[in-house]
Amino acid sequence: MEDILLKVENLHAGIEGKEILKGINLTVRPGEVHAIMGPNGSGKSTLSGVLAGDPKFSVTAGSADFHGVDLLGLSPEDRSHEGLFLSFQYPVEIPGVSMVNFMRAAVNAKRKYFNEAPLSAGDFLKLMRQKREIVELDNKLASRSVNEGFSGGEKKRNEIFQMAVLEPRLSILDETDSGLDIDALRIVAGGVNRLKTDRNATIVITHYQRLLDYIKPDFVHILYKGRIVYSGGPELALELEEKGYDWIKQQVDNQ
Amino acid sequence: MSSIDQYISLFEHNRATIEDHSPEALNRLRPAALSALKSMGRFPGKRDEGYSKLSLEEMFAPDFGVNVARVGFAVDVARSFKCDVPNVSTLLGVVVNDMFRPTATLVKNCPEGVTVESLAKVAADDPEFVKHYLGTLSDNRDAASALNTLLVQDGVVVRIKAGVRLDKAIQIVNIFNAAGDLMSVRRLLVVVEEGASGRLLVCDHSQSADYNYLSSQVAEVFLHKGASLDYCDIEESTEKTSRISQLYVRQDDDSRLTVNGTSLTVGHTRNEFHIDIVGRHCDTELAAMAIADGDQIVDNASRIRHSAPYSRSNQLFKYLLDGRAQGAFEGLIYVAPDAVHTEAYQSDRNMLASDDARMHTAPQLEIYCDDVKCSHGAATGQLDRNALFYMQTRGVPAAEARMMLMQAFMADVIDRVAIDSLRDRLRHLVERRLAGEHASCGDCTATCQN
Repeated sequence: MEDILLKVENLHAGIEGKEILKGINLTVRPGEVHAIMGPNGSGKSTLSGVLAGDPKFSVTAGSADFHGVDLLGLSPEDRSHEGLFLSFQYPVEIPGVSMVNFMRAAVNAKRKYFNEAPLSAGDFLKLMRQKREIVELDNKLASRSVNEGFSGGEKKRNEIFQMAVLEPRLSILDETDSGLDIDALRIVAGGVNRLKTDRNATIVITHYQRLLDYIKPDFVHILYKGRIVYSGGPELALELEEKGYDWIKQQVDNQ
Repeated sequence: MSSIDQYISLFEHNRATIEDHSPEALNRLRPAALSALKSMGRFPGKRDEGYSKLSLEEMFAPDFGVNVARVGFAVDVARSFKCDVPNVSTLLGVVVNDMFRPTATLVKNCPEGVTVESLAKVAADDPEFVKHYLGTLSDNRDAASALNTLLVQDGVVVRIKAGVRLDKAIQIVNIFNAAGDLMSVRRLLVVVEEGASGRLLVCDHSQSADYNYLSSQVAEVFLHKGASLDYCDIEESTEKTSRISQLYVRQDDDSRLTVNGTSLTVGHTRNEFHIDIVGRHCDTELAAMAIADGDQIVDNASRIRHSAPYSRSNQLFKYLLDGRAQGAFEGLIYVAPDAVHTEAYQSDRNMLASDDARMHTAPQLEIYCDDVKCSHGAATGQLDRNALFYMQTRGVPAAEARMMLMQAFMADVIDRVAIDSLRDRLRHLVERRLAGEHASCGDCTATCQN
């Protein structure tokens, strides 16, 4: 398994008996950025939810190997500890839980998983300060309840801030560009790029090519009707932008 | 024999003993209570409106012992007692079963113009004062209230004289301590005179989890013109403790009241909040929370009555029910025809953490005046699955995430607790409670005796 971070094979999954993913195959290596594009309803968010362990989806067949670990056998929290991160399309508001307590619980749970002592209060605050700078997140937001009353842009910046704190090996960004104006998009994408190393990888799920101007993919996959029907290089995204999804749909539907 | 008959016969057999041990200010109220109880015949049960989860007939049915002859308990009990709700420094009095004991510090530090004393003593020193107030708010039409008046032998008086602003909180700790089943009849009279202000913390504990205890408590609270009171009531007893607690308040012009009720660990408990706003420009905040699991039952009833214009009341009740716990809330806002410009709000929100927990809620508005702002709302739901998953994806283990969400659910009601040091303490107690540790007095390192 050397040099393969994620290997998804023949993944089938659905919700309430309805199959949505119908055999996904995907291989991600360290240092790579993959973009998954596709029309509405193709299964993009289901794929991210299934990989992160959302209990509302059930996996009916296939496997996902995450650096030697059976990803699908882990609880969502252990997937996080093992280095998977999902940036939500719609980050959840949690009234009454402060960002600080939330992040402290997250950081210390991960440390506990690796048999490390909890961070001291001082070290924790220092960590928060450092990571906030990456996405220019206001200190004020840290003392508020998780995502409560945050603007669309603040929510997405908060996702990348959490990603910076947790230092995942694989990040899945689900429609991170939705609800962002151009300045917020630049900040969020800048944060993602700063966190990029040759040891971690990113899967960007998006409708539009726009985000890919800022986060440059190495591979672009087209998801349609629960399958990856087409894979190519960055030029594929540009082609989609120009021609839309219809030519892909026609090709697949005529097969 | 209905439960009421059992108490009537207990009273009639022991009338002389009871009256010998009680001040005249109490004895004079008994005949009316007795005839009221005789005409009622029984306590309300589950078929009666407002008692669907908790039958008082059943609560009072067991043959509890009543300490009719006023046998004293060892002073050591009070001394060794360590309260789980310490307030860094309070003026502390302890009620063991139904007998009041001031602490030495209370006697020494009670400021001029402030009385925290046994009802019997105050009735002896100043009978007119006690006669003027006692029994004027409690309600003989209510069986539990009448029974309390029938059997009560002593109680606690808190009096803050006109103009006195007492910053230090007064704390009254009610403790059950008996090696056998016992019923205690407790009475509290609070008078905050014109322009005076104070804070009162009452907490209920049971020292033994092995015996069945029943407490009947009636508190009558008078807020005179411009008076201000923060009243916190915490029950942290045992699953074998039953309690009926009835708070009656009268608010005169420009008075300000906050009431915080907290049911942390209970057996079967019913808390009634009767607040009569007879003055103009009064402000009333009532916030209560209940955490229950196992077979615990928490029943809260609020009756806020606006009889005068320009006053404002706001209520928030929150329940977190797990296991087979049952909760009930009956809340009434009444606005009299003349009470123009009343603002009265009520909200009840509940979380069911298990499939077997049950909540019954009945918010009611009775408004006989057009020019008012009133609202009520009730919602019962479950833990937010999306929030739970979101937290898990950040590595927070499911059990911890659940606990954080439950704690968060109670955050706003804790934020409304008016006594600063108590707020932090309550956060801690709630956290411990949610972690499955039944808070008990024994493991508390702080002492409330200083």
